[in-house]
Amino acid sequence: MGLSLELRKRVDGFTLEVAWEVQEELAVLFGFSGAGKSMTLRIIAGLTKPDQGTIHSNGQVLFDSRAGIDVSPQDRSIGYVFQDLALFPHMTVRGNILYGAKGLDKKERQEKTREMIEIFHLGELQEKWPTDISGGQQQRVALARALIRRPKLLLLDEPFSALDNPLRLELHQYLNDIRRRFRIPVILVTHDLHEATRLGDKIIIYSEGRVAQAGSLTEVMDNPVIREAKKFYEVSNLN
Amino acid sequence: MSGEVWFSLRLSLQVAFLATWFIVIIGVAVGYLLARKNFPGRDLVDILFTLPLVLPPTVTGYYLIILFGRNGWLGKTLYAWTGWSLMFTWYAAVLASFVVALPLMVRTTRAAIESIDPNLILASYTLGRSELETLWKVVLPLARRGIIAGTVLSFARAMGEFGATLMLAGNIPGKTNTLPLTIYTLAGSGDWPKAQGVVLLLTAVSGVFLYLANRTSRKIW
Repeated sequence: MGLSLELRKRVDGFTLEVAWEVQEELAVLFGFSGAGKSMTLRIIAGLTKPDQGTIHSNGQVLFDSRAGIDVSPQDRSIGYVFQDLALFPHMTVRGNILYGAKGLDKKERQEKTREMIEIFHLGELQEKWPTDISGGQQQRVALARALIRRPKLLLLDEPFSALDNPLRLELHQYLNDIRRRFRIPVILVTHDLHEATRLGDKIIIYSEGRVAQAGSLTEVMDNPVIREAKKFYEVSNLN
Repeated sequence: MSGEVWFSLRLSLQVAFLATWFIVIIGVAVGYLLARKNFPGRDLVDILFTLPLVLPPTVTGYYLIILFGRNGWLGKTLYAWTGWSLMFTWYAAVLASFVVALPLMVRTTRAAIESIDPNLILASYTLGRSELETLWKVVLPLARRGIIAGTVLSFARAMGEFGATLMLAGNIPGKTNTLPLTIYTLAGSGDWPKAQGVVLLLTAVSGVFLYLANRTSRKIW
């Protein structure tokens, strides 16, 4: 289990050029807005095509510009939680989760849906519409929907950025639970220093489309980007 | 009310329903392509499907004659194979209504699809759903208000089609005289009281359809 990539993509004067790999761990992509973190996730998921490079996940080639391989997003077996969560507003909580269970037979689908509803404590909410539940509950629905097919990789694009602190901590618990149960690499994009330091086994620091540094928390603590973020964090804490 | 007027009303409804049926299918498909796809000639397609909205219907009718007339590009082949010509039949009225009203459907559907959060569509793809499944289960349900609105507008427009219908189907009593054409005939022959009756009838029928459509679209969402 693992993910490795090497990418190059130019868009409107911005160049993303990164190479990194993660094992079965939680890797945080950290950096300021516009550093190319979200673009990297979209490329991994097959939603944006890089100009050149390779992406390998779990021993499978997902993309290789030289060999002309470009696996469709449908076939990449990747769970993706969007920043705005992208819950289907015309489906109930249960409907959203069920929609993620493509390719299973009817009985199995019902069973898996029940299991996910249990893991994410959504039993009381299953018949509700996404707009009628709280932000934290919506996050759980998005996670359940992304994981029901047992993907080989989970991508989280700042999913907790809109939540206040207590809810965030609760979701961090869920994330730990997910890691124990599913044992897959998780890539979390964030520009929140505390989130990065709390959750990441590995921290990959992005700066202007490049990897400034990658390593464990202690290894990267002295990076200028982190120092910059720390200063910002202290200032905003004082206010 | 006289038998001719009833015939015209029935013919108008028949023409409008059939035209709208084709409009929904083609209009949704073209609206989706224009909203979601980049392909060479996209701007041209966009213009082509908008032109009937701004051209005088007589001009649209003229083009349709060039295409479907007995000596037209397509009409010639059709006549050679089947010995049948579309011209001056009620099918020609359907074609005229279809072409003139189609832009309303394309534009409203396109706007409705463009207003869907693109991440919803991408989320569906990452969940393993094909483009067709996503169209069916995410795009169309979320665009349904726009699609219903477009259907109603197109139907109303098809009911009221005059210029292109006159050019293509003529104004043949008991054959191709839809309500708007009958009004024209009655007014032309100075039969004002009768013309007024038909005018009110057409206004009432269109008004009732708009009312019903408004109610259903509210109920569905």
